[in-house]
Amino acid sequence: MTDTYAISPAGPRAAVNSGAGIWISSIEIAGRMIRKFARTPQLIFFTTTQSALFLLMFRFAFGGAIKTHGSLSYVDFMVPGFIASSIMWAGLGAATGVAEDVDHGFVDRLRSLPIPRVSVLTGRALADMVLVVWSLATATVFGFIVGFRLTGSVTDGLAAFGLCVVFGFAFEWCFILIGLLGGSAQAAQSMSLVMVPLIFLSSAYVPVQSMPQGVRQFGENQPLTPMVDAVRSLALGPQGHGLFAHSSGYYLGVSLAWTAGICVVIGLLAAWRFARR
Amino acid sequence: MTPILEARGLTKRYGKTQALAGLDLVASPGRVVALLGPNGAGKTTFVRAVATLLRPDAGTLHVDGIDALRNPARVRQVIGLAGQFAAVEEAMTGRENLVMVGRLFGLSRKQAKAAAVRVLDLMQLTGAGDRLVRTYSGGMRRRIDLGISLVGTPRLLLLDEPTTGLDPGSRIQLWDAIRNLVAAGTDILLTTQYLDEADRLASDIVIIDHGTVIASGTPAELKTLAGDDMIEVHARDADQLPAVAKVLGTIGHDPRIEVPTRRAYVPADDGSTRLMEAMRALDQQGIAIEDISLRRPTLDEVFLTLTGKPAQTTDSAEQPANV
Repeated sequence: MTDTYAISPAGPRAAVNSGAGIWISSIEIAGRMIRKFARTPQLIFFTTTQSALFLLMFRFAFGGAIKTHGSLSYVDFMVPGFIASSIMWAGLGAATGVAEDVDHGFVDRLRSLPIPRVSVLTGRALADMVLVVWSLATATVFGFIVGFRLTGSVTDGLAAFGLCVVFGFAFEWCFILIGLLGGSAQAAQSMSLVMVPLIFLSSAYVPVQSMPQGVRQFGENQPLTPMVDAVRSLALGPQGHGLFAHSSGYYLGVSLAWTAGICVVIGLLAAWRFARR
Repeated sequence: MTPILEARGLTKRYGKTQALAGLDLVASPGRVVALLGPNGAGKTTFVRAVATLLRPDAGTLHVDGIDALRNPARVRQVIGLAGQFAAVEEAMTGRENLVMVGRLFGLSRKQAKAAAVRVLDLMQLTGAGDRLVRTYSGGMRRRIDLGISLVGTPRLLLLDEPTTGLDPGSRIQLWDAIRNLVAAGTDILLTTQYLDEADRLASDIVIIDHGTVIASGTPAELKTLAGDDMIEVHARDADQLPAVAKVLGTIGHDPRIEVPTRRAYVPADDGSTRLMEAMRALDQQGIAIEDISLRRPTLDEVFLTLTGKPAQTTDSAEQPANV
């Protein structure tokens, strides 16, 4: 690599820039995003307080009116769902961020560089995972503060957390695609609201069984519900018996199948949309 | 010698807009080429095609002998792009921006750091290198934007309207920076709306309109094409414009009137002598004027001369652009 580098752009013939590989370019692009998060406190403050507000609202305002199964308290029911669905709130910012980068020419600059173009997206996804982990961690801490107690094993609890990260990665691609389609930050923001019904029409805050026919069918068959159920059954352990129609293993299988499907389909769509010029 | 840039019959259509309509352009190495034209002429589309950011509908495009349509990835190894909208990460320092792009160009961490030091110095930003870009002034931002495209070793540097929207002081600083690059031997393709910018920086000027080249040559050649100096009279009263035009008709050929701005002007072959004649003639006729001046033709007038029609809309042609 050393011989491809000249100390000044001068000289009759500048050497060819070799360009970075996908790994280095993804890391560099992710590094930029992470610094941006860290140096834009509003962003972190907003994501964090939004999440806390939702939790307080459901825990203390609506919680009393929502019936859960048997002896299971609402806080124990809801907090795992709340934590799992916080990946969606974290992702909303990604859509606007991507649209902004396209709109303001940052993506053009990256696309004119000798790097694999897909690294612009993978770098973004990588960085947003940091934000997702941050949101999940704060959501977990809030959950414990409002009275949630892990009744399953600690290993299962950690596995549930890990699952949330994996699910977050899948949804990340949805938000990246929305950002690429959006054109402007405002448009992307409105478009990403299509993801909100997924949160509320899932088993995250209320049992889907309580929903009317139609809505219930949607709730049962959309990706977030098996994800929430997988996380919940791991977090509740034996206390959750009777709440679920299937075993933890079943939800795990369904949710991971969804994750793989979303990553492949939406990831490819995003890559295709990005490559078009 | 392989041309640094060779475009043949390049076309690009966006819906109903024909952005490029069979553009031909060949640039030799060692030259700075300015692409001059009004908004919407196709300048940016052409630069984006060269930067492999868009794919032309038809035609061929070679950058440093590399087929840009077949092998865009290799073109990206030899170009640098600085955009009209300074695409710099504001939440990072100037130095961090440079190191990041240096890494993306394929430099090792150490080389990227060294390159950042060199570029900060070249762009006279060493003192501000460790400040976040969001604290930079408009001119500094453009300079760091230009610098970012230089962290690699571009054979062809693409500058899309590098000084649009800058105040005069910052423009001059940026011109200096660009001139230093030229002196160091970087081939540059720049787009501009300003005749004087092209004049100061470029060895060749290519004027494009509606997606095709309408004239090209050295600045001196184009000035001859563009015609003579203009004598411009600012009348005190719009009613007097016909009288002023009549006087100017005796000085030069084909005087023109702009009623909204109360101005009349005429091309004059020997500017300063004709200016004196015009003043004397106006004085003899007793026509009161606000102002009389001698100036170079504006870009609009160059267009008028070259194409026989105004550069943009009829409206803007009425108003002499400040060149």
